[in-house]
Amino acid sequence: MKILIVGAGQVGTDIASSLGENHEITVVDEDAERVEEVTYNIDALAVEGDGTSMEVLREAGVDEADIVIGTTDSDETNLAVCGSAKTAGDPFTVGRVKKRKFLETWEPSPGAFGVDLMVASNVLTAEKIARLVVTPAAHDVDVFSEGTVQMAEFEVGDDSPVAGETVAEADRFDSLTFAAVLRNGDVVIPSGSTRIETGDRVVVIGSPESVHSFAVDVAPSGTPDKDADIVVFGGGEIGEVVASLLQDRGFKPRLVESEGGRARELAEELPETVVMESDATDRDFLERERIGDADIAVSALDSDEKNLLSALIAGRMGVERSIVVTENTEYTELFETVGVDVAVNPRQEVAEEITRLTQKNRTVGLALVGSEQAEVVEVEIDGESVFAGRTIHEADGDLPGGVVVGAVSRGVEFVPPRGGTTIHEGDHVVLFVEAEVHDEVLEKV
Amino acid sequence: MAKLDWRSSVSLVGTVVKYLAVPVLFPLAIGLYYGEDAWVFAVTAGIALVTGFLLERLDTEPSLHGREAFLMVAVSWLAVSVFGAFPYVLADAGAVAHPVNALFESMSGFTTTGATVMEDISFETHSRAVMMWRQMTQWLGGMGIIVLGVAILSRLSVGGAQLMETETPGQGIEKLAPSIVQTARILWGLYFVATAVLVGLLYGLHIADIADGMTLYNAVAHALTTMPTGGFSPEARSIEAFSPAVQWTLAAFMLVAGTSFALIWTVVEERDPLALVRNGEFRLYVGIVGAASALGAVLLFLGAGTDAAVGGVEASVRESVFQFVSTVTTTGYASADFNLWGASTQLLLFASMFVGGMVGSTGGGVKVLRWKVVSKVLRRELYTVSHPDAVVPLRLSGRVLDEDAVRSALAFLVIYFLVFLLGAVVIMEDSLRAGLSLSNFEALSASAALVGNIGPAFGVVGPMGGYGDFTNTTKMVMFVMMWMGRLEILPVLVVFTRPFWRE
Repeated sequence: MKILIVGAGQVGTDIASSLGENHEITVVDEDAERVEEVTYNIDALAVEGDGTSMEVLREAGVDEADIVIGTTDSDETNLAVCGSAKTAGDPFTVGRVKKRKFLETWEPSPGAFGVDLMVASNVLTAEKIARLVVTPAAHDVDVFSEGTVQMAEFEVGDDSPVAGETVAEADRFDSLTFAAVLRNGDVVIPSGSTRIETGDRVVVIGSPESVHSFAVDVAPSGTPDKDADIVVFGGGEIGEVVASLLQDRGFKPRLVESEGGRARELAEELPETVVMESDATDRDFLERERIGDADIAVSALDSDEKNLLSALIAGRMGVERSIVVTENTEYTELFETVGVDVAVNPRQEVAEEITRLTQKNRTVGLALVGSEQAEVVEVEIDGESVFAGRTIHEADGDLPGGVVVGAVSRGVEFVPPRGGTTIHEGDHVVLFVEAEVHDEVLEKV
Repeated sequence: MAKLDWRSSVSLVGTVVKYLAVPVLFPLAIGLYYGEDAWVFAVTAGIALVTGFLLERLDTEPSLHGREAFLMVAVSWLAVSVFGAFPYVLADAGAVAHPVNALFESMSGFTTTGATVMEDISFETHSRAVMMWRQMTQWLGGMGIIVLGVAILSRLSVGGAQLMETETPGQGIEKLAPSIVQTARILWGLYFVATAVLVGLLYGLHIADIADGMTLYNAVAHALTTMPTGGFSPEARSIEAFSPAVQWTLAAFMLVAGTSFALIWTVVEERDPLALVRNGEFRLYVGIVGAASALGAVLLFLGAGTDAAVGGVEASVRESVFQFVSTVTTTGYASADFNLWGASTQLLLFASMFVGGMVGSTGGGVKVLRWKVVSKVLRRELYTVSHPDAVVPLRLSGRVLDEDAVRSALAFLVIYFLVFLLGAVVIMEDSLRAGLSLSNFEALSASAALVGNIGPAFGVVGPMGGYGDFTNTTKMVMFVMMWMGRLEILPVLVVFTRPFWRE
């Protein structure tokens, strides 16, 4: 396929590199340096210029593009790119936006602004945070098959009852599959006798209920109930959506915002949230409000430094779990090594979402695991797949190692994947795939 | 900012005065029917017509802006009270013929206060025409003369929204229809229909032989002062003169009159009686009336009531419900002489003078919605003591309240109580100067009854007494207090400030 990407920032580059091997990619950016970088690092054609100009788009081959992705830092530009592309040809357009208001316009009438698919980074990020909040000890939670299947990555702490158990002992749930154990940077595909050790990260795939039950097993004390004390630092859009999602799930979160007018606005919007006007790093305030007693602190302030600081202070005061938003992709891992429990990066969320949706002919879902050593993909089975009409056990023989069938969904129904389970055409299969066998597997599936 | 364009305001006051001649035709007709005092109303109508016509000519193209609207509304109420006083003076019967008394009685009428200076309330002293005019003034004032003007006079419709906002107490007009004229018509339409229904019911009771003395004349007279929560009655013993059936009927209609007409319209138009239950202000209003009545009934039953009530279940409940509904809605009817009540029940009734009806009703006083706002403010204050950084918007049935509205409710409450206190002091001291013996409680309750547009209070100004004994100075102060109370104080006060008149 011919894919045209406008905007060579972190998201654009990420998408270009993950789609580059199988597709013809053209990248457009105004910044000469970035264009140069793309040309060197990725197997893609790069065009320098304003992506909202028809002339530039033509030069980049908009007329023949199958997919056009607007992913610059400006929402309005991205929408204009999609709109312009629609007048030039008939590509599938993807627009990335930060602001929720565009999504609210687009959702009830898809196609608005000439956008076929809108990806709102703030909303995606907030949704991910909300999932993390309700899943204790999780580092990552992604949903597949419209919510029928969940993938979660857990860190096993030394006080976790699961530590020291074998996979066979820990696997007490019918519809849960242990896809992988990440140990010292390596991916281990576990067998029943693999022993789970302290410090491991366990990747499981299953129904949302079973994933949640396993989460309770991993961290029995960390499961938030309705009275859980959740503090959100920063009343930007991410903070607001997080609070609103938590509110919808019956929690009564506290939201800290330093700007008075915005705090008032939030308080009006969020009747079930306690909004406080203060600096998130003001020690007097934090002590006065006993922030240390909170179960979970979410930092969604306007800079990575403030987020890190607020999370560290909160952790020092006694908050059990910290979830932090990082603008800069490179900080994600760093933050987690210095004491932040989970770092969530909006750009990565967007890149995942866009990549997943542009592969949508076959692959409808995707999540990266660890530092991209593996990914979880959701594939719709067609007649030519190795799975079509065969049992998982039969198909497994034709696939390389490093692949685990995590779940099967048929319509809205969850089917536990066992060796003898027969897979039909039209089923969705969620697979855990190691990076090195990725291409080979997707080929066969 | 330009200077105040007072000509515009006064010219529009002229329009109101001119059209005052129309309702005067009703007592005129009664005068003709009974053959008494008809000329009084013919002359009054003539004076109103001519004066109004002359005033109108001050400005042929009046245009209203914020300040002009305030001036127009404040002066209109003053003007109609002055012209409403003419019949009392011209008829020259009894104490009310004195100009100061006539002004008091007229203002008490239009503001739906119901405080009287008449010494002998009977048809021996006063003609039926004059007595009907007294009832009529309350009916005109109840839903508001300006609202009526906006509804039917095109000259007032342009700045109508602003005018109605100034006149109709509360937090702004709830538009019931796309145009303000339509809204005004709906309000007056509802008001008219409710009054007509009450006339029918009262007279029906009379025909059914369970309402002795409720002649057609009395039915009309009492309907005209029930719906505006007025309280005047051509009977010297007020509602005590009538049967329990009449008392229950009137209590029910007073309760309706104290309900927001916008809410009543919702119930009628959408056939949705549950809208009442969903409305928080209505729940509180009924809750307060219910609780006070229940407590009152127990006290009266146990021996703190009049002879008729003590020991009688129905009688004590009825006496209590009637008085508390009458007082909370600021009507001021009495079905018993509550001067004979025990001190505990009297104090309870005094306290209920400060409740008021709902916003958007014909009732006066502080109003239930403000109390609701104030109670929320207090709760927030207490909360922010322990959580000083919390940002807590106030909500009324889910909708966020503007902080300006919150502030104005608080300011109103403060000013209201200041006026009440100052009024009581002036009444007390001026009476002392004139050698009148007056108790503190009498002075306090009189002040509360006047600024709250209730009417009767305790002691000498009790339900079977009157305001006739006060000095002329005191009566003029009371005149102003009633005027202020009806327009919710600020529109009147603002006219007396310097910046209002300057650039």
